[in-house]
Amino acid sequence: MSDAILTLEHVDVGFDTDDGTVSAVSDVSLSVAAGEIFGLVGESGCGKTTLAMATMGLLPVSATVSGSVRFLGRELVGLPPEDLRRLRGDRISMVFQDPMTSLDPAFPIGEQIAETITAHRDVQRSHARDRALALLADVGIPEPERRYGDAPHRLSGGMRQRVVIATALANEPALMLADEPTTALDVTIQSQILDLLRDLRQRLRTTIVLITHDLGVIAQLCDRVGVMYAGQLVEIATVSEIFRAPRHPYTQALLAALPTQHQEPGSLRVIPGRVPNLIAPPPGCRFASRCPHVMDVCTIVPPLAHESADHLIACWLSEATREAGRPTGAATGGAA
Amino acid sequence: MSVAIPNVPARTSRRRGILTSRKGRVGFAILLALIAIAAFAPLIAPHDPNAIDAARILAPPDLAHPFGSDALGRDVLSRVIYAYRVSLGVAVGSTLLAFLFGVPLGLYAGYHGGWVDTLIMRPIDMVLALPALLLAVALIAIIGPGSDVALLAIAVIYLPILARVVRSSTLVVASQTYVEAARARGTPSRRIITRHVLPNAIGPAIVQATILMGFALQIEAALSFLGLGAQPPTSSLGVMLADGRDFLTQAPWIEIFPGVAIAITVLAFNFFGDGLRARLDPRGVTR
Repeated sequence: MSDAILTLEHVDVGFDTDDGTVSAVSDVSLSVAAGEIFGLVGESGCGKTTLAMATMGLLPVSATVSGSVRFLGRELVGLPPEDLRRLRGDRISMVFQDPMTSLDPAFPIGEQIAETITAHRDVQRSHARDRALALLADVGIPEPERRYGDAPHRLSGGMRQRVVIATALANEPALMLADEPTTALDVTIQSQILDLLRDLRQRLRTTIVLITHDLGVIAQLCDRVGVMYAGQLVEIATVSEIFRAPRHPYTQALLAALPTQHQEPGSLRVIPGRVPNLIAPPPGCRFASRCPHVMDVCTIVPPLAHESADHLIACWLSEATREAGRPTGAATGGAA
Repeated sequence: MSVAIPNVPARTSRRRGILTSRKGRVGFAILLALIAIAAFAPLIAPHDPNAIDAARILAPPDLAHPFGSDALGRDVLSRVIYAYRVSLGVAVGSTLLAFLFGVPLGLYAGYHGGWVDTLIMRPIDMVLALPALLLAVALIAIIGPGSDVALLAIAVIYLPILARVVRSSTLVVASQTYVEAARARGTPSRRIITRHVLPNAIGPAIVQATILMGFALQIEAALSFLGLGAQPPTSSLGVMLADGRDFLTQAPWIEIFPGVAIAITVLAFNFFGDGLRARLDPRGVTR
């Protein structure tokens, strides 16, 4: 994509542990276009958050990142810490899952926003304060003047998440990574926060990468979606495509597991088997052990290939993948 | 969700913890009184603490001298008041000194971890491994006795304790999401340490320091008792205890009153420390 704001190419993330290296993210390539809301969906532990942290340069020292993360044309992997710090909170920002723990309990909420501004802009405190007040109003906090000096514990969960989002928007970032922004909230508040995100995207044209395990959230908010399984990106498509015609067996199984209205109680559909151990995972496609269509070729990592202009899939069942896998074929198998 | 929130009136008291706990209140009141006594010693003491009166040697308490007189006929009440001033000064000064250096050390060790942690904490652990009083005596043996050296010695004993307390609470705070969130906002790490980690991690150290202050009075007394603390003509509670021990059976008041002064102070600091804990404990903040 020509107007891509974020491009990941062959990103691998490993964590050194006492038991060996955990391959949390394996050979992920994707690109996010300016102005879109890109959903990243997958179950817990599939590497969604790790991918976001790698983009932000926030992984602990035990993690090794390889591959390329280009943001606004600039390579982020290997960038000096101070340069990364300048980007964080300014051009890229992040919303964390639990608003109960992502605000400093000993810090007035308004000042957490103002701090984000003064960390990146050489402005007067009063200016930062005015901007913070405007942001609080923007995200729907009533009476921002009175709320500015409040400690986080005096706000409800939904209000706190609004504050967190205001903080993430403080410097009008080009990209916002929202990591499960609604997971810790109850359903009514969830939809309010999703409305807020949609509204902000329309007004500010912020590109959003939304990480979630909730397909409902994806359906409500996203333009395109990437499906991750056990550290591998298995499918990318527009949201309507994913729901209408999922191509990867994991995506199909995931959608089939969604409960419907006509379902008998206690008859939830599940995907048989378990996620492979990510310390020394089996070679090839990591879904192979649970896949109903498993073949011999699945021990080789299937490359992510274009089935159509905006539908990519990494599965040997796909003609596109077979096509893409042919020339270099066996060579890609060594990645795992 | 948002209905009830705007109508909640602002909570006015920021010191609710100390003042709602009765223990904290009592400790706070006693400490205020004791500090006033120490500060205004010349105004409060009824007699010259060093005036020798041959007619009143070992005289028991009476109305003019409520605490009696010592072996040189000096007024025990006046001497306790002046000695208290020295003892409290050493106790507070030593703890503050230890706090001033121990807190930043523990904070940096805990926040940075790795080799910074090792570099800072290993020597501190070595000091902590030595018996406290022995360490103080050794220090005084090197530098020479005096109340200011006692102050320094107690600070050396306390620094590792406070550094350890701060380090462990820093480890907890540094792993909180809000610290990660601050990093994700691009907050410079110096500011993260001073504005986000320190305020959330300092509580236990303040409580600990308050309680240590009380015990510093005991250490000071012990050192003075051994002749290693305040030197004549300066008197401290420990010096008074040492001077009076030969007359314990004939004139117990010489020993009792300085002893009671130490006991009350330690108790008051402990009460106050408990009250502070209610207010400053990290768990109390998010209530």
